[in-house]
Amino acid sequence: MMNAACEVCEFNTASDLKKLGGISGKYDYTIALAGNPNTGKSTVFNALTGLRQHTGNWPGKTVTRAEGSFSYRDKTFKLVDLPGTYSLMSDSEDEEVARDFVLFGKPDVTVVVVDAARLERNLSLVLQILEITTNTVLCLNLMDEARRHGIAIDLRTLSRDLEIPVIATSARSKEGISELITAIHTMATHGNTVKKHLLTDIPDDTGEAIEELTANLQRLDPDLPNTRWIALRLLENDQGIIRALQQGNTAPGLHSELDDILNKAKNYRSSLDGHYQDDIAEAMYSKAARLVKDSVSGNASQRAFRMDRAIDNIVTHRIWGFPIMFLLLGAVLWTTIIGANYPSQMLSTLLLDTLYPWLKNGAETLHFPWWLSGFLIDGVYLATAWVIAVMLPPMAIFFPLFTLLEDFGYLPRVAFNLDRVFKTSGAHGKQALTMSMGFGCNAAGVVATRIINSPREKLIAIITNNFSLCNGRWPTQILIATIFIGVLVPKPWSGTVSVLAVVGIVVLGIAFTFFTSWLLSRTLLKGKSSFFTLELPPYRPPKVWQTLYTSLIDRTLIVLWRAVIFAAPAGAVIWLISNMIIGDQSLALWLIHGLDPAGLFIGLNGVILLAYIVAIPANEIVIPTILMLTTMVIGTTTLGAGAGVLFEGSETEISALLQAGGWTTLTAVNLMLFSLLHNPCSTTIYTIYKETGSRKWTVVATLLPIVYGVLVCLAVTLIWHALS
Amino acid sequence: MKHLGLLQKGETAVISGILHNCPAEIRQRLLDLGFVKGTRVRIENISPLKDPVAYRIHHTQISLRREDASYIEIEINENEE
Ligand SMILES: Nc1nc2c(ncn2[C@@H]2O[C@H](COP(=O)(O)OP(=O)(O)O)[C@@H](O)[C@H]2O)c(=O)[nH]1
Ligand SMILES: [Mg+2]
Repeated sequence: MMNAACEVCEFNTASDLKKLGGISGKYDYTIALAGNPNTGKSTVFNALTGLRQHTGNWPGKTVTRAEGSFSYRDKTFKLVDLPGTYSLMSDSEDEEVARDFVLFGKPDVTVVVVDAARLERNLSLVLQILEITTNTVLCLNLMDEARRHGIAIDLRTLSRDLEIPVIATSARSKEGISELITAIHTMATHGNTVKKHLLTDIPDDTGEAIEELTANLQRLDPDLPNTRWIALRLLENDQGIIRALQQGNTAPGLHSELDDILNKAKNYRSSLDGHYQDDIAEAMYSKAARLVKDSVSGNASQRAFRMDRAIDNIVTHRIWGFPIMFLLLGAVLWTTIIGANYPSQMLSTLLLDTLYPWLKNGAETLHFPWWLSGFLIDGVYLATAWVIAVMLPPMAIFFPLFTLLEDFGYLPRVAFNLDRVFKTSGAHGKQALTMSMGFGCNAAGVVATRIINSPREKLIAIITNNFSLCNGRWPTQILIATIFIGVLVPKPWSGTVSVLAVVGIVVLGIAFTFFTSWLLSRTLLKGKSSFFTLELPPYRPPKVWQTLYTSLIDRTLIVLWRAVIFAAPAGAVIWLISNMIIGDQSLALWLIHGLDPAGLFIGLNGVILLAYIVAIPANEIVIPTILMLTTMVIGTTTLGAGAGVLFEGSETEISALLQAGGWTTLTAVNLMLFSLLHNPCSTTIYTIYKETGSRKWTVVATLLPIVYGVLVCLAVTLIWHALS
Repeated sequence: MKHLGLLQKGETAVISGILHNCPAEIRQRLLDLGFVKGTRVRIENISPLKDPVAYRIHHTQISLRREDASYIEIEINENEE
């Protein structure tokens, strides 16, 4: 085994390796990273490029192509990390990105990353790729796991049988990466001289059809690459390939001959009566089984997975499965809520109590006009500082915890448990995964819906993602729950009751997800739940410290970026509307008074509505905006710092202020409900538009939650008044 | 003749094919996942609401809904545990 000191030694090949990260430019070679889902492609990608592409122990973690680069021995390599795929034979949407790149992207080298402990399943894809190109390197990853399971693989034999280089790696600990680089380099510069086809077990009639079509295609155009693969695809009536052939990939004079070939393929298809599909798949799996028999010893299927089975028996248990799910959700929320308190306080002391007066004084010393210092410091700076103080700690706690669960392999089990419920509501089981992602960030959840193969169910998942309470909305929930709901019960219980109130909102959001999925399946998006297949990956002990560290850095950067992009302009707007005087009062007051009747009617008020309008770019500034606007409305107060100035105060101060502003328990409950049920933030709306490419669905996804919010708040208000 | 949807926990079966009436899209996905003739399959886990079911096949766990599993023909292997 390679030890760590060697990996960093100057004499190691790895020291020739320059990690260029995401820098773009011209490259000598393009390398594709392909493989089944969850085999460590992204981890290999990260090890090679030094980037931090997200990895995770569930199929579908990578949904888009990621590109990076490295250079080695004066050559530069562009590396493309592809989403996982089981096969190149289907025309399913979730595997499209990978399939198209392997087939049409013309990579110089294709690195197939496979799971060493589950070689048999993985080899089927390897064999398909070898049909297309033999400029392939096999990366036998997860060797540490295979060893732990007592599986030994004879690399020499496997490499001889497949006639390609085979490199053993454990990408997470960077073992074998330097050998992989050398192999990529050699393959890129020299190519593979062997061009033999390995798929030989195809039954006669199917085999003959393939031979005949291949010969025809070669005669049609001697320069056509991969004729055998194209023949296979023509037999299966692959429209993409047919289109590619018809459009310019053949000389113009040959159209009638191409039509002959297509007709021939069609005839074969009907005479083979559908079994060619099965024939080819069987040929592939029996070849894989023989390869495994030759080179793998120590079958781990019984012994080594006992641990996995034990865990599965608990987390998917008939009785305990669901309680455990809610308990884990509760534990993550609780840790986030409790843990975020202290760093939040520290940040706000630093940014708001210390830095803010200092900046104000500085501006005064420099004789800034009042409007300039107001605009820049009270408007832009304060909003940005607020977002950082309020958002950074919970995000920095929630996401690493979530990543740990994800790395462990728990998320696919959630989908497994919940599929039945999603099916009943006409949606896809994998929506459980995108819903979970939404608890972190709705925009991320919307992007993740690409793992859902049916367009109808994907749309449902996109539209309902907003009902997963995202991180930006928790601070609002927590604060309001603490100062209005927690105080309704005796002191020792108030903490627990506050957490329960927030969990209640989260569960209500899940209920709305199911309800809306059901509603859409019966109205705008009529249809039944399509088929569902999901691999349950093995449990993998997460690398705790590494995960915490990288996840923390990532989140910090994202929050800071959001603060600058979204909160700063919002801060500017708040300051402007509060200081632009029209007639006898500020624009903000005009707006608040205008919105008040509607707001009060549904148990909120004008301040809250205006705050939600201003906060469309970033939900995290709702509370500070509400506080600032309330101060302005009630006029005199000890708290607050003037028009358009965001501020923070202790919980008692805030509570007193809001009560002076006319708030009751009803207002608080409704605010919590409205925070769950209102339009998605602008980033999410934009992401929805990008993913759906449709204005109509973007509008539906934006307005539907507002309609819910208004109706629910109204209903609660009416019931409340009826009862009291 | 039996289909995979009828397999009981604890039984081992060998796949004998995919039924003719299986929609092309589902057939291809099942084949891609290794539900091909001659493959051994066992129930590994049943979800709390009884559906879907996780099968052990080619040393991995794949979960299918019962209605989709019923497209897969099997022969039950009586001799094994
Ligand atoms: N033990 C171990 N785990 C690994 C190794 N490579 C990747 N992983 C883990 O396997 C999971 C899947 O990795 P990822 O790179 O996201 O796979 P992808 O879906 O193929 O891109 C993650 O939890 C990784 O941390 C390895 O060599 N050893
Ligand atoms: Mg990946």
